[in-house]
Amino acid sequence: MIRKVAVPVAALALFVALWELLVWANGWPDYVMASPSDLPQSYARFWGLFLTGAWQTLWRTVAGLALAVLFGLLLGMIMGFSRTARDGLYPLLVGFNAIPKATLVPVLALLFIGQHDFNTVMMAFLISFFPIAVSVGIGLSTLEPEYRDILRSLGASRFTIFRKIALPKTLPEFFGALKVAVTLAFIGTNLVEIVSPHGRGLGALFLSGQTNSNYPLMFAVLIALAVLGIALYYAVVALEKVFAGWAERPQG
Amino acid sequence: MTDLIAISGVRHAYRTKAGPLPVLDGLELSVPEGRFCAVVGPSGCGKSTLTRLIAGLMKPDQGEVRLEGRRVTSPRRTVGMAFQNPVLLEWRSILDNVILPLEIVAPRMPRAERVARAEELLDMVGLAGFEGKRPSELSGGMRQRASLCRALVHRPSVLIMDEPFGALDNFTREDLWQTMRDLRARERFTCVLITHDLRESVFLGDQVVVLSGRPARTQYVLDVDLPEDRTIDILYDRRAGDMLHLLRDQIRIAQGRDDPPAHTGSDLLPGSAAQGLTTPGAARDAGGPGGAPDGPARKTAPDGATRGAAR
Ligand SMILES: Nc1ncnc2c1ncn2[C@@H]1O[C@H](COP(=O)(O)OP(=O)(O)O)[C@@H](O)[C@H]1O
Ligand SMILES: [Mg+2]
Repeated sequence: MIRKVAVPVAALALFVALWELLVWANGWPDYVMASPSDLPQSYARFWGLFLTGAWQTLWRTVAGLALAVLFGLLLGMIMGFSRTARDGLYPLLVGFNAIPKATLVPVLALLFIGQHDFNTVMMAFLISFFPIAVSVGIGLSTLEPEYRDILRSLGASRFTIFRKIALPKTLPEFFGALKVAVTLAFIGTNLVEIVSPHGRGLGALFLSGQTNSNYPLMFAVLIALAVLGIALYYAVVALEKVFAGWAERPQG
Repeated sequence: MTDLIAISGVRHAYRTKAGPLPVLDGLELSVPEGRFCAVVGPSGCGKSTLTRLIAGLMKPDQGEVRLEGRRVTSPRRTVGMAFQNPVLLEWRSILDNVILPLEIVAPRMPRAERVARAEELLDMVGLAGFEGKRPSELSGGMRQRASLCRALVHRPSVLIMDEPFGALDNFTREDLWQTMRDLRARERFTCVLITHDLRESVFLGDQVVVLSGRPARTQYVLDVDLPEDRTIDILYDRRAGDMLHLLRDQIRIAQGRDDPPAHTGSDLLPGSAAQGLTTPGAARDAGGPGGAPDGPARKTAPDGATRGAAR
């Protein structure tokens, strides 16, 4: 248990120390690269903005991810249960996923002019539903027939079989995908925040640091984003432990 | 006594990319209530297909499957199934795995009653004390025991098993045969067991049905004329030995091997064992070229097979 906390903390401390050393050794001024010791001032000065920005980034990411989960599950179920749907949808999905999402920012902005919150949530959703849909689809379509037959032979409905067997059985794959999706959704949110003029959230704070040539602020935002990203990721890990903890094998 | 399972004239083909694949053709089977029917046959001949037809998971192209006198058109709650893969749900405890069918069949049964029923069975198969364990914490043999409990928890009238002990080592398998025998003595159910182990079929079966190679038809039916309370030792008895030889020869025929059997039926089947032989498939073969489908057995059917029919 101590190891579990001590090792990451030590790694973090080492990373910060190396960073500080690098900046100090090269004598970089803070408009080239800020050093960790510059950051506390930025946080102190802009703490209120950091809090509101983090909140905006957070809720829009989570909203986008929630949409991605709903839509991804639905799509995954359709692809998992119908071969035809799978054959038809798969190329479409892969093609869509291959589109660089940055190109969607102006498209969304023109489609829904001025709806900044909506656009941000949409982007978080669009960028993150793919892994969920694919993993649920594969999980369901590879369910061994015996698993279905133990309930089907009792006359259970398709929905009962899905609820009692197929869904819980695909939870480990689902959470694996959700870990990827949460990071993607986060990137999607930030992308829109940074690219949009008059944006909100941590991304907008980054942009204002840039326009004001406040480099320590920019770095402080990057660190805040990293922290938020880690928090989101581990929130998913915690959910996974609760809902799919059974899939973890005791390590020998 | 009525036949709890009655299958007649069943034909079935799978539709595959390379065209229809006939799997069953001329399958006859009748199992009286409370009896144990073991089914053996070459691998890939259609045994699992047979279990799916009995369970109502599929409908045959032709012919009919009757369960408790009524034609099977869809799954029934009076059926229990077990497979080679125990298919336990890893996110449930052993107890909750066993209870699963009750959640479907008796959704209003109080939890305490379900637990009591599950514990009764777990106790019978020697899993008392393992209720709270996860499936991955159990050995293969124990998982298969739990799977049997789940198949029986809702008191089905028919238990259908598809090579349930096939993946176990020999000694574990023999333990499970005895568990199966004890379960039958306590609970009343009719049983269809698919197996590729002839010793298993003779130890557990009241009758052993040999299926021909694909497309499978009923090639041979052996009535196992051994006492009910069998022990493993009985397999080393001469009567059991004779039956095993005879089944081995039948399997060879089913596989369509042309090499002559090592034994001819006549010197291996003295009175007692031969008395119980009935062979509808062979009888039809013996009926001459009157439209019986060509099976590999026709060419090589030895005396033993037709003789049983003649009696
Ligand atoms: N769903 C299916 N579609 C097409 N072919 C199948 C299907 N299920 C089984 N088969 C084929 O039918 C034959 C009989 O299968 P099966 O009943 O599983 O045989 P057994 O259990 O005796 O080994 C095999 O050749 C198998 O490949
Ligand atoms: Mg099989």
